[in-house]
Amino acid sequence: MLEVVGISKTFNKGTVNEKKALDKLSLKLEEGDFVTVIGGNGAGKSTMLNAISGVFSVDEGDILIDGLNVTYMSEFRRAKYLGRVFQDPMMGTAADMGIDENLALAARRGKLRGLGRGISAKERESYRELVSTLDLGLENRITSKVGLLSGGQRQAITLLMATLKQPKLLLLDEHTAALDPKTAAKVLETTNSIVNGNKLTTLMITHNMKDAIVTGNRLIMMNNGNIILDIKGEDKKKLTVDDLLQKFAVASGEEFTNDRALLS
Amino acid sequence: MELVDLINALPGAVAQGLFWGIMAIGVYITYKVLDVADLTVDGTMCTGGAVCAVMMIAGHNVWVSMACAVAAGALAGLFTGIFHVTLGIPAILAGILSQLGLYSINLKIIGKANEALPSHVYDVLVAIKYNKNVPITENTIFIVAIFTIVIIALLYWFFGTSLGCSIRATGSNQNMSRAQGINTKFNTVLGLMISNGLVALSSALYTQYQGFTDINMGRGAIVIGLAAVIIGGVVFERIFKNFALRLLSVSLGAVIYYIVLQIVIWMGFDTDLLKLLSAIVVALFLAFPYIKKEYLPVLFSIKKRIAIRKNNKAALSAKGGAK
Ligand SMILES: Nc1ncnc2c1ncn2[C@@H]1O[C@H](COP(=O)(O)OP(=O)(O)OP(=O)(O)O)[C@@H](O)[C@H]1O
Ligand SMILES: [Mg+2]
Repeated sequence: MLEVVGISKTFNKGTVNEKKALDKLSLKLEEGDFVTVIGGNGAGKSTMLNAISGVFSVDEGDILIDGLNVTYMSEFRRAKYLGRVFQDPMMGTAADMGIDENLALAARRGKLRGLGRGISAKERESYRELVSTLDLGLENRITSKVGLLSGGQRQAITLLMATLKQPKLLLLDEHTAALDPKTAAKVLETTNSIVNGNKLTTLMITHNMKDAIVTGNRLIMMNNGNIILDIKGEDKKKLTVDDLLQKFAVASGEEFTNDRALLS
Repeated sequence: MELVDLINALPGAVAQGLFWGIMAIGVYITYKVLDVADLTVDGTMCTGGAVCAVMMIAGHNVWVSMACAVAAGALAGLFTGIFHVTLGIPAILAGILSQLGLYSINLKIIGKANEALPSHVYDVLVAIKYNKNVPITENTIFIVAIFTIVIIALLYWFFGTSLGCSIRATGSNQNMSRAQGINTKFNTVLGLMISNGLVALSSALYTQYQGFTDINMGRGAIVIGLAAVIIGGVVFERIFKNFALRLLSVSLGAVIYYIVLQIVIWMGFDTDLLKLLSAIVVALFLAFPYIKKEYLPVLFSIKKRIAIRKNNKAALSAKGGAK
């Protein structure tokens, strides 16, 4: 479903701030894979997701989504195949627009946006139903501006937007990191039910090792712009946090450092 | 001065406000909807009138002339858009560059610094002499009001379409828009084109009204446009929530601006200082939200602040004494 072949990305090339964020990274996802991604600060996790999304172009290598080479496709065109949720709850929704209007924007992802209605009354009703599945009471505020919602509510809406039109690949970048533990757990639960319900191929970055172990069918660990550990199936189910820390030390020759991971 | 002078001047002020209201609606689209401060308008506020006047003088029909004026304005917006999104020049600078370039272009269109378009020679839609004592259907205020209503209706429809919604999304959150497959560059350019097309239309109408086109017509237009947007917002935001009403409030904001201006002139204010006054008023309105957030709380807690400062001083000196 996703094939990343030897991609590299160096930021600020030729300056003192030069940073190789991705170093000939390769990754292949099968259809229906639900992969959790962990790694230390600056390991290149977000950079990998952004490269796949087309936020910037890569220096070398290829990116294929469902057999289609998207390496040189602009971000907005690639969006047709991707659902994305960001770490920052402000980033995934238009604050000045209603919940219904945001969902309507998402429903038109990958379609030509012409002079047809931006949202119809029938659509609004279907969004009301959809939003009620979140169990956050938002169905009564369907026309409220998203800017009035809490971070957790906005992330939940963003999650719906990312999956409203079934994406070929769902990309989640620490989408629960900015939320309080209770809300984070709720959003993760919603994530699980949406991903499993629709059998979505998913890449989920998380700083929570326990979440990374219990969620999905495959776990990868990144360090220095590359994948140093890739654990699937039965092996993954048997993992513990201590295992992971130890495997990290062996594979990288370093101590695992992630300020957020150590806190949780 | 007599009150009757002021009353006699009011229809003119209302008409002027309505003309500039159309311009201000254009500014609203960039400044509020797209979240881009576009200074091209100082140029297009002349271009529209220049194109319209020159074409009418050459014998073209008023509607054809106005359509070409709108197209010229949209073209100016297109260039600003290209400078900004495809060449990466910050929006403010891109607008300033267009504005400067348009000065030369406007001179070439008119052929000199100004050109008369007398209403008794040409078949104009609006003119100062049609402000009063004509059938309602020929009345300037009536005609501009109809223009305003039609424009608001069209914009209301357009910003409710899929494309229009995606432009609003672009102005609200570019990251999210791209993630949802919206071509933010195209939308930004389109928004700039619509905005400058409207400004040029306002310019074309206003040129007919005043009976001449002038190279300096657009100087400071952006300030008047912003003033209208802000005044309209402050006065009507509580009652006007719907997008069409918001646009209407911009138009009414321009009318209020010109009525106030007329009153200020009537009171004998030095007209040379009018632009300075406008700049100060707009600066105050623009600063208002910030003042409200940063300085008003200080004002309200001033007693407590003074008391705390006194106590702290006493506490510090007591400590010093203990040492
Ligand atoms: N736009 C950018 N410009 C310059 N450097 C960048 C940019 N984005 C990322 N980097 C650098 O690339 C490296 C990898 O960053 P990235 O954000 O991918 O890390 P991460 O694994 O997501 O870490 P974290 O857990 O802190 O989110 C870091 O050293 C970062 O400073
Ligand atoms: Mg990151």
